[in-house]
Amino acid sequence: MGLDFTVVPGFMDIILLGALWTVAITVASAVLSFFGGIFFAVIALYTHWTVRLPFKAFEWLFMGTPLLLQLFLIYFGLVQIGIDLPAFVAGVVGLGLHFAVYNSELIQTAIIAVDKGQMEAARTLGLSRGEALRKVVIPQAVRDVIPPIGNNMIALLKDSALVSVIGVSELTLSAQRVIGKTYRPFEFYLVAAAVYYVINLCMEWVQRRIERRIALSR
Amino acid sequence: MDVDLMMRVYPFFLKAAWVTIQLSILTTILGLACGALGAAARLSRFAFLRFLGAAYVSVIRGTPALIQLFILYFGGPQIGIQLDAFEAGVIGLGVNIGAYMTETIRGSIIAIDKGQREAARTLGLSKVQAFRKVTLPQAFRLMIRPLGVNINALIKGTALVAAISVVELTYTAQRYIGSTYKPFEMFLLSGVLYMIIIYGTGRVITWLDRKARIV
Repeated sequence: MGLDFTVVPGFMDIILLGALWTVAITVASAVLSFFGGIFFAVIALYTHWTVRLPFKAFEWLFMGTPLLLQLFLIYFGLVQIGIDLPAFVAGVVGLGLHFAVYNSELIQTAIIAVDKGQMEAARTLGLSRGEALRKVVIPQAVRDVIPPIGNNMIALLKDSALVSVIGVSELTLSAQRVIGKTYRPFEFYLVAAAVYYVINLCMEWVQRRIERRIALSR
Repeated sequence: MDVDLMMRVYPFFLKAAWVTIQLSILTTILGLACGALGAAARLSRFAFLRFLGAAYVSVIRGTPALIQLFILYFGGPQIGIQLDAFEAGVIGLGVNIGAYMTETIRGSIIAIDKGQREAARTLGLSKVQAFRKVTLPQAFRLMIRPLGVNINALIKGTALVAAISVVELTYTAQRYIGSTYKPFEMFLLSGVLYMIIIYGTGRVITWLDRKARIV
């Protein structure tokens, strides 16, 4: 069986609809992982050890196991305890938590690197500890850490293909459905790869623009 | 928590962990080979080879590993490449991680100060000798830790071959979740085994890195 790309245009609508879902999942998980990352970093640095140690264990577990396994746990595990999440939500929660842990590592380092004088000055000006963190320390830390977080978000786009295995109809699963009808795996996986590549190039372009703006604002 | 069930099924997880270890080792070897070739191409004198190297890195890093595996395993027969799932897994993951290792190896080589090479040339070494005896040994030292990061990602990446039904840890966990409806127990069993493999490998990398240090 040779290659035949003439069948591709007829199914492009399904593929592109899948691509839209991939973008939606990526954006939703990216937002969750960003704020989750900040939240986790604050827990890791500023809470009592009774909160911090269990959290560290959770972090350790998430960094030491594959994302695919975590997705299975979240999707099937929540059903077991009576929470029946739609696949899309389970996928976003899984991807978001996984990358929040990685973002948190970056943000923790950046928070530690923010000069101690900043916190002290904010406290002297009458801000509470929480306010000083929220309005002075974290914004500076986040600015420093935007470029590596951008890399994580590009990794997130590619890992979003994994949610196809729990049945989210994004780009990969759409390609699989089309292949089920046409029996042309090579052509349609190649098309899907090309669409991912284009989305990836767009993200890299946005990332470069943001980095340039940060560089200017210093 | 159903400890009885865990005691009953854990031998299957051990067997699956061994498959994951085999996958990881073979993929690391292939990845290092691809990475070395890729780095050589990207640092080559010839513009065409540089372009090939850059295209390899950009395309592989710009698309999901899962899709790459599917193209190889499901699409391969259409262009005359017939592989079983394990072979497709090793080749797909190895070529994939090779693109990341290309950048690691290249980065370590260009991080070595130009003065080192110039000094070696002044002392009468040929270009090749200067590279082999002066630049490369120093670059090796630099690349151990970042290659360790690549290998860590690779071990977790081996879970993807569950999607082409290689019976490794994630596939086994998935199958037992399906037949026992005990996701937490199965996650715990496979998660502990993954962590032993990953953090164990991490210790080896740290040890190698410390051994290779001069100061």
